[in-house]
Amino acid sequence: MLSAKHKTGLVFFPAFDWAISPTHPEREERLLYTQDQVFEEGLLDIDGIIEYKANLVEIKDVQRVHFCAPDEKSVMTESHFISAGGAKTIADAVMKKKIEKGFALVRPPGHHAMRVVHGGRGFCNVNNEAIMIEYIRSAYNVDRVAIIDTDCHHGDGTQDIYWHDPDTLFISLHQDGRTLYPGSGFPEEMGGPMAAGTTLNVPLPPYTSEEGFLYVIKELVLPILDDFKPDIIINSAGQDNHFTDPLTNMHFSAQGYADLTRLLKPDIAVLEGGYSIEGALPYVNLGIILAMAGINYSNVREPGYDLSKLRQSDQITQVIERTCDHVMGNWNARELIRNRMKSDKKFDKRRRSIMYDTDGFNEHQNETIRICTECGGVLKIDSTSDIGQHILAVHVPRKACRACREQGFEWYDSASETYDMIILQNRDDDTYQVRKKT
Amino acid sequence: MIIGLDVGGTHTDIVLVGENGLERKIKVPTDTSALFQTVLTGIEKITENIPSEKIKHAVLSTTLTTNAIVRNKLSPAGMIVSGGPGIDPEEFRTDGHYSNVSGSIDHSGREIEPIDKKQIEEIARRLKSQGIRHVGVVGKFSARNPDHELEIEKIIAPYFDKIFLGHRVSGHLNFPRRIATTFLNASVYPIHKEFFEAVKSTLKQKGISIPIYILKADGGTMAFDASIDFPGQSVLSGPSASVMGSVAFAPADKETLVMDIGGTTTDMAVLINQVPLLSPLGIEIGKYKTLIRALNSYSIGIGGDSVVRLEGNSLKIGPDRIGPAMAYGGPLPTPTDALFVLNKTDDVSGDKNKSIDGLTPIAEKLGITVEEAAFEVFDLACQDILTAAREMIERINRKPVYTIKEVLTGYQLNPRHIMVLGGPASYFAEHMAQISEFTVQPVPQWSVANAIGTALSRTTCEVTLFADTQKGIAMAPGESFSKPVKSDFTKKDALELGYELLRQKALQTGADIDDLDLDVLEDLEFNMVRGFRLTGKNIRIKLQVKPGLIHQYKMITDKIAAM
Repeated sequence: MLSAKHKTGLVFFPAFDWAISPTHPEREERLLYTQDQVFEEGLLDIDGIIEYKANLVEIKDVQRVHFCAPDEKSVMTESHFISAGGAKTIADAVMKKKIEKGFALVRPPGHHAMRVVHGGRGFCNVNNEAIMIEYIRSAYNVDRVAIIDTDCHHGDGTQDIYWHDPDTLFISLHQDGRTLYPGSGFPEEMGGPMAAGTTLNVPLPPYTSEEGFLYVIKELVLPILDDFKPDIIINSAGQDNHFTDPLTNMHFSAQGYADLTRLLKPDIAVLEGGYSIEGALPYVNLGIILAMAGINYSNVREPGYDLSKLRQSDQITQVIERTCDHVMGNWNARELIRNRMKSDKKFDKRRRSIMYDTDGFNEHQNETIRICTECGGVLKIDSTSDIGQHILAVHVPRKACRACREQGFEWYDSASETYDMIILQNRDDDTYQVRKKT
Repeated sequence: MIIGLDVGGTHTDIVLVGENGLERKIKVPTDTSALFQTVLTGIEKITENIPSEKIKHAVLSTTLTTNAIVRNKLSPAGMIVSGGPGIDPEEFRTDGHYSNVSGSIDHSGREIEPIDKKQIEEIARRLKSQGIRHVGVVGKFSARNPDHELEIEKIIAPYFDKIFLGHRVSGHLNFPRRIATTFLNASVYPIHKEFFEAVKSTLKQKGISIPIYILKADGGTMAFDASIDFPGQSVLSGPSASVMGSVAFAPADKETLVMDIGGTTTDMAVLINQVPLLSPLGIEIGKYKTLIRALNSYSIGIGGDSVVRLEGNSLKIGPDRIGPAMAYGGPLPTPTDALFVLNKTDDVSGDKNKSIDGLTPIAEKLGITVEEAAFEVFDLACQDILTAAREMIERINRKPVYTIKEVLTGYQLNPRHIMVLGGPASYFAEHMAQISEFTVQPVPQWSVANAIGTALSRTTCEVTLFADTQKGIAMAPGESFSKPVKSDFTKKDALELGYELLRQKALQTGADIDDLDLDVLEDLEFNMVRGFRLTGKNIRIKLQVKPGLIHQYKMITDKIAAM
């Protein structure tokens, strides 16, 4: 009888009654054919594959990660609570060792959701992986986390959340930002002064195929993981690198995704994008589940799969090799780069404009981080959105040093009353305080 | 009047029910090596001096096919399976005569690869030369598009006596289970056919000419003639017989747990307002996971004859049964012995002293009296059964759901009432009520409730229909139905069509026109968007005739309850 080599848990939450809009790619139908394939293959009958029912996340889980303006309920629908809850359910089962591996097949996705949330961007409102990771960090003895984002779009939300966190390695493989939303994710984006190098970006040329993806995994991602030694590996498993995806231009395949999963060995995978709902998702998801469970997937093949037509050019191969060398160089030089970024400053500042394409407005941020040699550094973000909210968000990191903690309190206490909201997110003692304009 | 006959492991219960309630009831010993004789004797005895025309029909629940599967005495059957891409179909091999052939259909019913006629002819010739007469044909996604199975059937028809097609056994998507189900149908077909034809013709010779129905695992019945094409439906009907025998006496507006406390096991099922809960996919028997509709029942290894032993200083009951209770000459103490010691039995054939002897060593080790030890055993048996019942409810409530509405409104089962059947039912009922949050009630006439349930169950069936207005088609492959539809075809239209197909199917398989209690199991409708444009609707409908009792039941069961 068929049985899983690795006991694998699934949360399948297709949200058959939720869409961004009726004809939006993120609509009710998205996982329908994936469900058909999963059911028809009899995956849930396999010994060692267990399906879990998604629980809802609590507001508290969201507040460990995000600053939602004006509040969580205003920027999240029920489906967001369940989708993030699905990831949390799977993480709980993995941490309690009920399963070895887990895959949260949930929608809506989350990797474009940044730390401050005024609305939806890139079909995402809250970051499912980050909510899950910060939950397991507070509930279990987990410190070092690696997130490998294999969605075709740069995981700019996850990058933003972990930009200053030296304990979270974030590596994103994606189609070159010059050719695709959100237009970011270049090797120069490496993280803030205390955490440079734990954010790594690998832009890939359009039409990159299996060969290119697997090269990056083998030659870059796996050696860096060996170096970083994470307690847990998370895969943001977007499936839009598939050659049939309507929104992207890549040449990846179901076999490729399964091979990638086998090599990467993620403890937890969370579904992100992927909008070829008939031609790709049923097969890619099948491949990923079988690979996680350690079951033979060599016979998983989508219609139209022709390796000779999908092969990447030599020029693409060269570009990818150069990019990998470049990123590996950055990783190796991370201490040097951090020191250079810190120089002898007391604070580091950046100004940014963030586009909320899904909801159609912009946000403007002034971010200040305290340069610190003891911890990740306390952070404050002055954020204004076009739709009206002006907030001050203060983030005290996990394991914060005393000076950073006190700086955080000082920022929170002394903030002027002109803000609509002043928020103190204290990850050191797991609290979240809000002061609203009276 | 209706005959209900339920073949059990040790004896067979036969009842005759009619306007006077339970007109007759008898028990005959089950001779598993001559099941035919057992059934015949039962029917002959129960109909003695009653003219054939007074009997409307007989419903039989037999262990014939169940035993064949459990004892691995299946007739060889050929399987022709087209898997296409996905998990290697070799993983689902049923027996030596299993071939994986080319051809593939995708999740939307599109042909991806055609079948290879030559390959299939070769296999057919080979199977025939090996003496195979019955064959199952199963394609992946045949429930979405049965064309390949139909083409293969056409090619191999000249070679075999009977061919079973995967898309006919169920509308559910589950290829491995469809293979197992089709295989079981093909391999129990010869014994099923032979048995019931013999029953029918022998009864006819004896002047008892009545329609024969069989009981199914979903608590419904099916005309014997219709069952020829679905003999697998007769598998594991035993547990449903008892559950259906409890339905009439269960509260009409409450959730009820039904427990059949037998010798080896206790079987449990759930009724919601008198309607039994079905298992999501189908029965599991031996190594086979199937799509054969079944009640959601759960069995634990605790019964009257379970072995009682001490592990350290704690008592343990079951899950094994070595022999009967010591009171009846068995080798080891059992909960039944505990009942003897506590004088909680009406049975005079057992020897209480042997029960005392059996429980004395346990009592001594625990440093308590033998009566106290007996009470501990009895109490533990009740506790264990209740724990299992709570676990079963929890497991049902854990079942994943796929819409926000279901998550937020999440219907959670929370039964507060238990009905028990089985030898010590009344004593167990009393004690379980004392130690738990449940109200507990023994089923009236529990000793033949299984046969009463068999007699009074209505004919059930299920229909799966789907429509794809982008392709312009509505299909119910299980019913060999398809028709073109326009883009304005709606879920409401699909439901109407589904109800019509269901009514036809129910009547064809033996339903009474007054017993068509129809029910929606699934109704989903999705917008299909291609290239950011709405191009059609994908509609999925599952309808059933609910398991339940025939419309005349009340007049019968009211009298039974009053007996």
